[in-house]
Amino acid sequence: MAKFAKVSFKKDELNKELSKFFKGMLSNGAVDAVLTPMAQAKKGVRLSLVTSAAHTAQVDPFAPVAAVSGAKIASSLTARPSGRKVAMVLRPCEVRAVVELSKLKQVNLEDTLLIGMDCLGRYENTDFAKFQEQGGTSESFLENAQAGKTATNGFDITGACKICEFPAADKVDMRLCALGAESGAVYIEALTEKGEQALEKSGVKGGGAPAGRDEAVKKLAAARTEARDKKFTDIRAEITNFEALADKLAPCVNCYNCRVACPVCYCKECVFVTDTFRHTGDQFMMWADQSGILKMPNDTMFFHLTRMTHMSLYCVGCGQCTSACPNGVDPMPLFRACADKTQARFNYQPGRSVDEELPLAGFKADELVEVTGQVK
Amino acid sequence: MSEFEPQIVAFFCNWCTFTAADLAGTSRLSYPPNLKIIRVMCTGMVDPKFVIKAFLHGADGVLIGGCWPGDCHYINGNLKARRRVANLTEVLKQYGIGEDRFWLRWIAASEGTMLQEVAKDMTEKLKQLGPSPLRNLGQIAV
Ligand code: SF4
Ligand code: SF4
Ligand code: FES
Repeated sequence: MAKFAKVSFKKDELNKELSKFFKGMLSNGAVDAVLTPMAQAKKGVRLSLVTSAAHTAQVDPFAPVAAVSGAKIASSLTARPSGRKVAMVLRPCEVRAVVELSKLKQVNLEDTLLIGMDCLGRYENTDFAKFQEQGGTSESFLENAQAGKTATNGFDITGACKICEFPAADKVDMRLCALGAESGAVYIEALTEKGEQALEKSGVKGGGAPAGRDEAVKKLAAARTEARDKKFTDIRAEITNFEALADKLAPCVNCYNCRVACPVCYCKECVFVTDTFRHTGDQFMMWADQSGILKMPNDTMFFHLTRMTHMSLYCVGCGQCTSACPNGVDPMPLFRACADKTQARFNYQPGRSVDEELPLAGFKADELVEVTGQVK
Repeated sequence: MSEFEPQIVAFFCNWCTFTAADLAGTSRLSYPPNLKIIRVMCTGMVDPKFVIKAFLHGADGVLIGGCWPGDCHYINGNLKARRRVANLTEVLKQYGIGEDRFWLRWIAASEGTMLQEVAKDMTEKLKQLGPSPLRNLGQIAV
């Protein structure tokens, strides 16, 4: 049975109240460190690694921004583990990516306490700066977003968030619940034994459960699923062939920022930056000769199609690829639409379970017979 | 106008399908010259990139041929290949390269006749289907 603790706050004091929870966990030894979004000295909010209870005042876990995927940070922290217990406050998409990375042995969950926050969306990094300049806070965001108002002057949450059907995190030890909570309160929920112990040690107590939460989560997930399906229909109608795909990718300059930002692009070294792709002048000339012309840099479609083949099974739809593109390419819908197909083929859902095998890491003798259509 | 001759890039495993192609040759079982055979040690070493690259360069079809399940000389390379092919098929299908252009077939070393049949069959189907939509894109898109 999940356990809840209510965190009531006065206006402008949400983060002050929440900081008590993190401070409590650190000072009572529930964990040795906390990775959580924190306000930076002047502006911006970044994930920060806190090891001292004296430094929890700036926490801001509900800030609508994710400058880089927290799953990548989780990987940096735990792939070669420190042996110290870390609580990680992550968005639902980041948690799902963490689950995938743990199967790829690029995240180690052993000493980790996963805390998922309810996500109503995030702004692009540059938009978040404007949001702060306009006086926006996590409190104002939570209130407005719950009323369906995420758009402010000239910007809105990312396209990925608008079609994300996972506003709440699963497979976590704890959750920070804002969905369906009454105004002036959020809840901390413990879902596992580890979570319950940490909640108890934090010293934050009682106060009932958020009555409207399940309903609010369901409603938001349903609305976003509908938006997602519409996006899929649109993109599939728009891009039916390679020519249309080439058009979509026309602004791409092969900088590969999208795959650097992608939390589930798992290769340690991307083949596209290895010698395999450091061609000689002769080779380029030969390709150009084939039809008299070669676009440079070349291999643009080749790169994106290869990436789809490598990671679309694990795409969590976080939109970091789109956020990272300096040229206004919007890879997210392409990759999500592709992921929808590859994941359906293998009945696989990234982030669903750490025990489910990665589809390309295994095989069976008696499966997929339709591929060859041959029976002996 | 001369009839359209499809270009098929064929990745054949050394131990089964390539040997079958050899057998077809020595048994005088003629098969269409549309296949450009590339010998690989195992279907399990056909990197999906090889297939993508072939299509991007205008191949009308790609055929991967290997040992039957249970007969792979590297035990399970062909089973891994099958999953990869299923995955890649889903990617390519979205953009108009369907299962009719991208085949995986098991052809044992002794099955020269089957090799002939598959080669004829695929060539015929691709003739009906016409040139790959990627032919016109040329090197602009790759
Ligand atoms: S492809 Fe894009 S949306 Fe999918 S996981 Fe990677 S960064 Fe996120
Ligand atoms: S980040 Fe944008 S420009 Fe760079 S490789 Fe990706 S899609 Fe192309
Ligand atoms: S050796 Fe023939 S498919 Fe593996």
